[in-house]
Amino acid sequence: MTTRAGSNAGQVIVGGLKSLITPVVAIVLALILGAAAIALMGLDPLVAYQSMLQGALGSTNGIGETMVKATPLIFTGLSFGLAKKAGLTNIGAEGQLYMGGLLSVIVGISLKGLPIFIHLPLAILAGFIGGGLLGLLSGWLKVRFGASEIITTVMLNYVAQYFVSYMVNGPLIEPPGNFPQSPPVAASAQLPIILAGTRLHLGFIIAILAILAYYIFMWRTNTGYELRVVGQNPQAAAYAGMNAARTTLLSMFLAGGMGGLAGVGEILGIQHRLFQNFSPGYGFDGIAVSLLGYNSPIGIFLAAILFGILRAGGNMMQMIANVPIAVVYIIQAFVIIFVAAEALLRRRRSKRKAARVQATPAVAEVGKNG
Amino acid sequence: MADIHWVNEVVNFLSADLRTAMPLLLAATGLIFTERAGIVNIGVEGMMLVGSLAGVAGSFFLGNAWLGVLVAVVAGGLLGLFFAYLVVTARADQVVIGTAFNILGLGLTTSFARVIFGVNTAPPQIDSFKPVAIPVLAKIPILGPVLFNHSELVYLSLILMPLVHFFLFRTTTGLKIRAVGENPRAADTVGINVFKIRYGACIVGGALAGMAGSYLSLSLLNFFTENMTAGRGFIALAAVIFGKWTPAGVLGAAMLFGAGDALQYRLQAANSGIPYQLLLMIPYILTIAALAGFVGRAVAPAASGQPYEKE
Repeated sequence: MTTRAGSNAGQVIVGGLKSLITPVVAIVLALILGAAAIALMGLDPLVAYQSMLQGALGSTNGIGETMVKATPLIFTGLSFGLAKKAGLTNIGAEGQLYMGGLLSVIVGISLKGLPIFIHLPLAILAGFIGGGLLGLLSGWLKVRFGASEIITTVMLNYVAQYFVSYMVNGPLIEPPGNFPQSPPVAASAQLPIILAGTRLHLGFIIAILAILAYYIFMWRTNTGYELRVVGQNPQAAAYAGMNAARTTLLSMFLAGGMGGLAGVGEILGIQHRLFQNFSPGYGFDGIAVSLLGYNSPIGIFLAAILFGILRAGGNMMQMIANVPIAVVYIIQAFVIIFVAAEALLRRRRSKRKAARVQATPAVAEVGKNG
Repeated sequence: MADIHWVNEVVNFLSADLRTAMPLLLAATGLIFTERAGIVNIGVEGMMLVGSLAGVAGSFFLGNAWLGVLVAVVAGGLLGLFFAYLVVTARADQVVIGTAFNILGLGLTTSFARVIFGVNTAPPQIDSFKPVAIPVLAKIPILGPVLFNHSELVYLSLILMPLVHFFLFRTTTGLKIRAVGENPRAADTVGINVFKIRYGACIVGGALAGMAGSYLSLSLLNFFTENMTAGRGFIALAAVIFGKWTPAGVLGAAMLFGAGDALQYRLQAANSGIPYQLLLMIPYILTIAALAGFVGRAVAPAASGQPYEKE
């Protein structure tokens, strides 16, 4: 019995390590290609990466900044991952982020005189709902009209961005109207700083709670189970009497809400007011985060921290090593490409295995029986 | 007098419309190939960006705008080839790879533009396209200035339209491409090489996206700036759906969306107080409406987005 349990634990560990192979290989390859790009520019990749690490992890401020950058990525990673678990592709976290920021600001500036423990949750909830409704719109268009959520979410990204731009140029503009930005939100609607001397705000804690909520919902509730079954095998789900339309609506709403929270963190935690183009593409980075983390709660967290390091350290890299911060995009893109193209590695491996099995059927049989 | 002024306004507007529609048209034409072959390419924005920089760099180093376009076409084609390798051979998720290509395009062009042209220097003089009035035709009232006083790239794009239509709907290769997009299994059964067709479509799509990008940097705006495509790749994606995957439809959609863009500039310049952002949303909203069947049914090729595996 003990040996059995021991070998099981061993299997779990080996399995866990095996699932780490692809992301680690992807990161290493992407960093090598990033280094090649830096070298091609006539700059020193080693100095670049050193200054990046120094900037992201070398000081309290750096670590705080890394977590600040990781916060929206956790939310957008959860946004893509949650939809993916339900068999949906949500490319709309960027737009959902903008709508989340917009609604949280509206609540943040229009309500006055409330204590923080009422005002702040209301503003956060508004942001969640703002992003959620935009996600729900795509879900509804899919359920009702069969419109691909991939395309509608992509299109709505732009609609949301232009809408925010319109709002801060018009209805929400701060008097006297010299700059396209909203007035600041009330102090009672701001996410407090949780690490003195840094910009790290309560949004990071909320992001971790969101990961926990994602885990509990997805793996510990019936609805979450249903959602995963629909995502994995729609036919079986229909046969079991599960309602695919309902899970589509629900998961797009929740995914949109997560995207909305990414915007909430940026606005209520850092900027404290709304302006146009406030996201440097966090919505799209979420796709990479979710892929790299295999949609698992821990995976998404680690991937978000990694990309947080890239983003936070990128500034230092630009200052010290003179390497444009855009190199970070190149690295991120290749991480996505290598993880998404993982099937190539796996298929080669399984082909080789199949070839081996075919070549020696007897041995394979014996192996199976033994 | 007032009447002549009004006519001039319309002529100017239509001419500007055509100019702004061209990059959408070129990129969307490329997308027709890939989508008809059953591949969704969300990465066209990134491919256009690379084309923009490659075009300027080509013209800068080789001293000729046409060679710049050629470099952009080759760069786009290579990206298309890489895209095909990832989604056809490696069977990676097309949407995810497309998103990666957008990020890659932004990263590559922003990084390397600084290396090629320096950071704080004034943009160097490069050979670019100027409007060329076609003799006789340009003299036709109204039609002349609207249609026949553009850069050569515009004429080339307009000639491309009927050619692509003929190719896709009147030739065997065109039929094969459409068959692969509708039902790759059946196409395979009758001896069509699905992989080859999809590779070809991706390469052509990438090359045209590259050309669309070079149109921006060598004809419309005359230099490279960071993220200069500004979402045109996504509008091209919208134009393909709104134009129902046909060259003529895409031309109409590109003209319509281009009109919105041209109008937006006018509204901003006129300081009219009309929020131009609402105008900029129109292409995307129209496309969603088309997808939902409000503006005629938009039906994508049946196998669109699915990887194909030979059994």
